[in-house]
Amino acid sequence: MSTIFAARQFSTSAVSNHIMKLTRLRVVDNSTIGKQAMAEGKPPRCIHVYNKKGIGTIGDKIMVAIKGEKVKAIIVGCVKEQKPNIPRFDSNNIVLIDDNGTPLGTRINVPIPIVLRTILKEKTFSKGADYTKLLAIASNYV
Amino acid sequence: MLLKTLNFHRFKCGFAPVLRASRLFSNSPPSDVQQPSDESISGKQVKPERKSVVPSNSRFIYPEFLPDPKIEWRNSLREKLERMDMIQRRKHIDIPEFYVGSIMAVSSSNQHAPNKATRFVGICIQRLGCGLRANFTLRNVIKHVGTEMKYQLYDPTIQKIEVLRLEKRLDDELLYLRDAPNEYSTFDENMEVEYLPEGAPVPVNPEMVKLKPRPWRARWERKNMKGLADLGLEDRFYERAEELATPWEKYDLMKQYRKTIPEEEQKEIFAEVYSELHEVEVMRKKLKRKKVFIKPTKNV
Repeated sequence: MSTIFAARQFSTSAVSNHIMKLTRLRVVDNSTIGKQAMAEGKPPRCIHVYNKKGIGTIGDKIMVAIKGEKVKAIIVGCVKEQKPNIPRFDSNNIVLIDDNGTPLGTRINVPIPIVLRTILKEKTFSKGADYTKLLAIASNYV
Repeated sequence: MLLKTLNFHRFKCGFAPVLRASRLFSNSPPSDVQQPSDESISGKQVKPERKSVVPSNSRFIYPEFLPDPKIEWRNSLREKLERMDMIQRRKHIDIPEFYVGSIMAVSSSNQHAPNKATRFVGICIQRLGCGLRANFTLRNVIKHVGTEMKYQLYDPTIQKIEVLRLEKRLDDELLYLRDAPNEYSTFDENMEVEYLPEGAPVPVNPEMVKLKPRPWRARWERKNMKGLADLGLEDRFYERAEELATPWEKYDLMKQYRKTIPEEEQKEIFAEVYSELHEVEVMRKKLKRKKVFIKPTKNV
């Protein structure tokens, strides 16, 4: 009888898979720094999310610590549950960019959500950073 | 008020349908479920020959027509209106029969895509929801990255739903494919449709999945999955799983009753919608026969 009542005495919740500070991420472009960090088994860590919630999702800009440097990046895919018609991936994918929004690599080797086209276009202003350059190096949309 | 009377009605006839409902919702294949022969008891109000037309496996083919059994969420008027909307939608697009484990392709309009349309191929790993909220999740591995897409079955942006390979798996949910190696959920995007002979039963794919080593997204040893090969864990995991198992729950008739829609209610619902669903089905078959003619292509 005691085993029946001892089964659950505390509540557990499912993993939410948020991208927040100190989350490990996966660089999916072919920039040298990103490739090296992934090959060494030291994937970058998120150290800041540039939005009000502090939880990143597709299209959000973040700052990552990679090989002892601070680099900005765009999230291009999350493990988190997504709304209908938005893909969910098995890894948290990022693409490294510089301050102007230009990607450090020249090719993205994983599928990119199509919504990202609209999201990044909305985030780009005429005199600010141009994030749409990232879309040009993507090889596959889903 | 409506809800209250409905509750009362359910409570009143609470115990009679329990046994039947529990039999209906066991995991047995649809063919063993027979229509009970005590039709004559309630046969005066409803025509018995009309009822027998509805095939007993409708609840597997059209599960979203059955409302959520949770009593607080029931509303007979809303359910009826939703069913009407669903039939209207089915008249416009072909929503085929599919199960968890079937390989499907969904073409949908997408305002973000350059050519305003996308297509996604994958294995159905989950089917949830009822009424207009019914949805399903497709999974595929694209460029070595597992990708999942959730679609709503009655989403007006969907242009076409194709079932490339109609089959079932051993489990009702294949979420463990997320923890399995990529080859278990890799499907070719240009897959051809595999046709089954008319009237053949839906084949069950007895594939056993070998998971990657832990950590996993869930404690699969506790979930009692039939489609998982030996998990290769230490004994303490299985011991704990046994401690936490609730094998008596399958005998809890009240629990089963609350989790399912009684057979009488199911019959009522399908009797209401079946004639129109059948019409839609017949029209679809006619169209399919027309489409079968394939223009010969030049081979160089």
